[in-house]
Amino acid sequence: MTFDWSAFFESFPGLLYGARVTLFVTLVSLPAGLLLGAMVGVILTYAPTPIASIAQVYVGLIRGTPMVVQIMFIFFGLPALMDVRLDGLTAGIVALVINSSAYLAEIVRGGLLAVPRGLQEAGLAMGLRFGQVIRYIVGPVAFRRMIPALGNQFVIGLKDSSLLIVIGVGELTRTGQEIMTDTYRAVEVWFAVAIIYLAMISLMASLLKSLEKHVRIA
Amino acid sequence: MSIIEITGVVKRYGSVDVLKHIDLSIASQEIVFLIGPSGSGKSTLLRCINALETVSEGDIVVDGLSVRGGKAEVRKIRLEAGMVFQQFNLFPHLTALENVMFGPLRVRGVSWRDAAEIAEALLIKVGLKERMRAYPSELSGGQQQRTAIARSLAVKPRLMLFDEPTSALDPELRFEVLQVMRQLAEEGMTMVIVTHEIRFARDVGSRLLFLDGGRIMHDGKPDQLLSDPPSERLRTFLQHVA
Ligand SMILES: Nc1ncnc2c1ncn2[C@@H]1O[C@H](COP(=O)(O)OP(=O)(O)OP(=O)(O)O)[C@@H](O)[C@H]1O
Ligand SMILES: [Mg+2]
Repeated sequence: MTFDWSAFFESFPGLLYGARVTLFVTLVSLPAGLLLGAMVGVILTYAPTPIASIAQVYVGLIRGTPMVVQIMFIFFGLPALMDVRLDGLTAGIVALVINSSAYLAEIVRGGLLAVPRGLQEAGLAMGLRFGQVIRYIVGPVAFRRMIPALGNQFVIGLKDSSLLIVIGVGELTRTGQEIMTDTYRAVEVWFAVAIIYLAMISLMASLLKSLEKHVRIA
Repeated sequence: MSIIEITGVVKRYGSVDVLKHIDLSIASQEIVFLIGPSGSGKSTLLRCINALETVSEGDIVVDGLSVRGGKAEVRKIRLEAGMVFQQFNLFPHLTALENVMFGPLRVRGVSWRDAAEIAEALLIKVGLKERMRAYPSELSGGQQQRTAIARSLAVKPRLMLFDEPTSALDPELRFEVLQVMRQLAEEGMTMVIVTHEIRFARDVGSRLLFLDGGRIMHDGKPDQLLSDPPSERLRTFLQHVA
């Protein structure tokens, strides 16, 4: 076969529309996932055993099941179970928030544990409350060291948004699928889709790199 | 009037008594040096004073506040008793100035401007006027430890606890830290210092305690204990650290 350049270029306007949805979903889900993940991570690390166990079960359930199953469950299962009906986009965002929070929580826990104990003691020894020590010292120090791992998880999250195809959310992958069904130019369309993902992820990676440099510490 | 009153303190880890019934009273403005072999309980005793470790038996009262009191009381003790660690433990994400401002801002609740003023004055005092904007990773060990001392002082403690403040430093950097401590002593700060710097203890100390196996074996004037050790145990110890 020959590579049909015009099919390649003509797919872009439609695909870029899908890319906007992908970006939107990602930019909403991941910060929310980080917030939830940070909360769960702090609970995993510092809460008394009964509460920490609940958080452990939460993380275990999410990490132990495929994301597609989670998406299906939220979109199709919740309405049947308790009469909560979410549109595809919302269900997809909720799924991404919950899914990423579990992985992010583990990163946060690891980051908090890796902060030298002496810092915590220095904070306590000057009369800070434990909560203040976490908020002003251990948390910020851990965060700076976690940036590479968080960035990696964000890249995974962006790519995972393609799984929303299973509930019909019109993100980039879904859009590619639709265009291909119209034009039958599989090579050109999926090549274009791949390039757009690559561009978004490269941009994300370079933003993270500069953030990492910006808050660099010993 | 004693500022630290330790009565019948036992510290136990599992079934091991690390401190075995310590009675000790320290008056305001005393410069007390704690020496003793590794594992004798020096750090543990120091850390019990500001409640970084809980006591298993007995009580410690610091300026009228008990380490067995509630959280609020323990926090008050920690405001009274500044602590300097062997490993400095500066906050790595903050500059020297921000490290020293931290206590006034977060535990004393003073304004940002006042905190900066307090911190600058203290950093000048410990000889770090030129390095205020540096991060800990950009400072030498001696500079880090002097910053750490300033950070403790910024909370305006009534006494200072030092746990081997020069042990992590190269010999040529120890002097600058000892100078700062000497100056503090001259200003009348009450200090409890764990160290292996025997000569410094003799010069600056008003009292020397020799800990061995979780007990205070000797308690006296540094000069007397050091020039004429009353026990073979202390004599051997001094031979090993000197
Ligand atoms: N968290 C802990 N759990 C169990 N044992 C401990 C703990 N902390 C200290 N110990 C033990 O208590 C004893 C006294 O320790 P401590 O750190 O007070 O000694 P030290 O006199 O400061 O020694 P060094 O000169 O080596 O610093 C040691 O035998 C030590 O192993
Ligand atoms: Mg020690």
